[in-house]
Amino acid sequence: MTTTEAGPVQEVGEIFDVTRFGGYTQFTVVAPGVARSFQPGQFVAVAVGGPHTSMLLRRSFALYGVKPGTEFAGTIQFVVAPHGRGTEWLIRQPVGTKLDLVGPLGVPFAIPRRPVPAVLVGGGYGSAPLLPLAERLIALGSDLRMILGAATADRLFGQLAAKRLVGAVTITTDDGSAGQRGRVTDPLPAAIEQLGAQVVYACGPMPMLRAVGAVAEAHGVRAQVAVEESMACGIGVCMTCVLPVRGEDGVSRFVRSCVEGPVFDAGRVRWADVGTLPPDLFGADGMGH
Amino acid sequence: MADLRTSLASLALPNPVLTASGCAAAGRELGQFFDVAALGGVVTKSIMLRPRSGRPTPRMAETPSGMLNSIGLQGPGIDAFLAHDLPWLRQQGARAVVSIAGGSTDEYVALAKRLYNHPVDLIEVNISCPNVESRGQVFACDPLAASRVISAVRRAAHPNTPVFAKLSPDVTDIGQIARAVADAGADGISLINTLLGMVIDTETLQPALGGVTGGLSGPAIRPVAVRCVWQVHRAVPHLPLLGMGGILTGKDALQFLLAGASAVSVGTAVFHDPTAPIRILAELEAELDRCGFASVADAVGFAHREPGTAPGSSRASGPGPSGPGASKSGASKSGASKPGIDPEEISA
Repeated sequence: MTTTEAGPVQEVGEIFDVTRFGGYTQFTVVAPGVARSFQPGQFVAVAVGGPHTSMLLRRSFALYGVKPGTEFAGTIQFVVAPHGRGTEWLIRQPVGTKLDLVGPLGVPFAIPRRPVPAVLVGGGYGSAPLLPLAERLIALGSDLRMILGAATADRLFGQLAAKRLVGAVTITTDDGSAGQRGRVTDPLPAAIEQLGAQVVYACGPMPMLRAVGAVAEAHGVRAQVAVEESMACGIGVCMTCVLPVRGEDGVSRFVRSCVEGPVFDAGRVRWADVGTLPPDLFGADGMGH
Repeated sequence: MADLRTSLASLALPNPVLTASGCAAAGRELGQFFDVAALGGVVTKSIMLRPRSGRPTPRMAETPSGMLNSIGLQGPGIDAFLAHDLPWLRQQGARAVVSIAGGSTDEYVALAKRLYNHPVDLIEVNISCPNVESRGQVFACDPLAASRVISAVRRAAHPNTPVFAKLSPDVTDIGQIARAVADAGADGISLINTLLGMVIDTETLQPALGGVTGGLSGPAIRPVAVRCVWQVHRAVPHLPLLGMGGILTGKDALQFLLAGASAVSVGTAVFHDPTAPIRILAELEAELDRCGFASVADAVGFAHREPGTAPGSSRASGPGPSGPGASKSGASKSGASKPGIDPEEISA
């Protein structure tokens, strides 16, 4: 696994471009500090609502399209779907708007030292962080396949970029409005088998990640998944974005998906216990009062 | 430039801005963004005797100008804290205010004893916890239970370490609780903790938080916090106060000093802006200068004085400033144009 040691920065970035793709809005933002040490899988936390906002919590978005910058200042890209007041404010912002950013944040995807065949699975705009990951893996000489899925065609993201990068891209939609009707996990077993994949990378909604993890496990391959968990701070101080995760020591703990994730080995996440307090979790016995 | 030095009982601080418990972990994460030693101090997340998993998710809901949290004091326990977190704070040269929490008086005492031989600058006792020996009654809501914990911690802690009681605003008469903990030997008071709140998800038709109820924080509670600091300063004028509750700017921090706090903690603002404590410190310094206060000490409790008093002029020892702030406040009759009492921004 390769990482650079530079940590996150807080900087004011200016929106350079806004492009709509179906139900999504893609932002390109001048943010050389965030761009500098970016690794695929990392995210940016964006303050929303302007200088006198009543929305205190940052919104977190996976990064892609990062250009560290040479003669031009470095830029980042992230994609936004309207979920509530904060994201609705964000997608109304025009080119030139200044955004308060903190990033790059989180643990990136683990990149193998040698090229290994890999399947990349994206749900909705979960495809975004897979694009720079695909670039990195291709540069290593890995054989790749991508499976991108969504509920409907307008909820797909990044198909064109994925096809340009990888070529072999399978599209699924729940309603059959694009690609084959069904779930991303339908074509996944065949993709793993045909490619002889040794690793599956995925990003998308939690139920999809859980299902991808189960398919990977059944094939005896590792799955690295980036979770979309709601976060208040993004930097590891608020403890709101925790997931029950089994550690290397076999002990399960609530771990922060912002700093110990968002990328986890799917086999370590206790998917069935998300949203509960499993009695065997480290420190659960200390909750007696 | 105003003299920013202040003190919390016997603890001298280079400036009056600290982090707030539960909003800065043990400082390390914020250390990526600024030098934590540049603050008045770092107040740690409340430490308990044993490791705590915390509550199930969802643990957070955004509310207008605030947030609701239901973390359940997730933490590694005192041993891991002493092994990993406290040494880091010391290495940075930061002043370490250690928040402790327990379910019984004995647990608080055990924590104070564990801290006895460690370099702790101040102990903040989080008494907004359910008392297992009293059917879950929150210590901070019962003057007797609150005073028992504080007097026991005061006796168990190192005599040179100030002990502050952190009060809950969810009480009928916060002055009564303040007098109770003062009589029990508290060296000072931190206030306020979060207000108990609740959000119901209108999609699921169920409580939004895994823990059902949660603590409300952020600018939404600031007027409540300023009121509490004001009342507690009147109730126990001899005790130093560490004020907190929705501080987002230097002007906000100034309100707490004027109400009677000797220092302030910045909490939820950190989630919005990781460098907020440092920015607020700089803004507060500018505000003190603008108002003509020569020092933090001159501003503490100033709003309790007779209207028309010039900042700094009441202290026989110090030479009163003759800056524009001083003359303006002396001349002004209307509160609205008086420095430091700008009308509240309703949107904030």
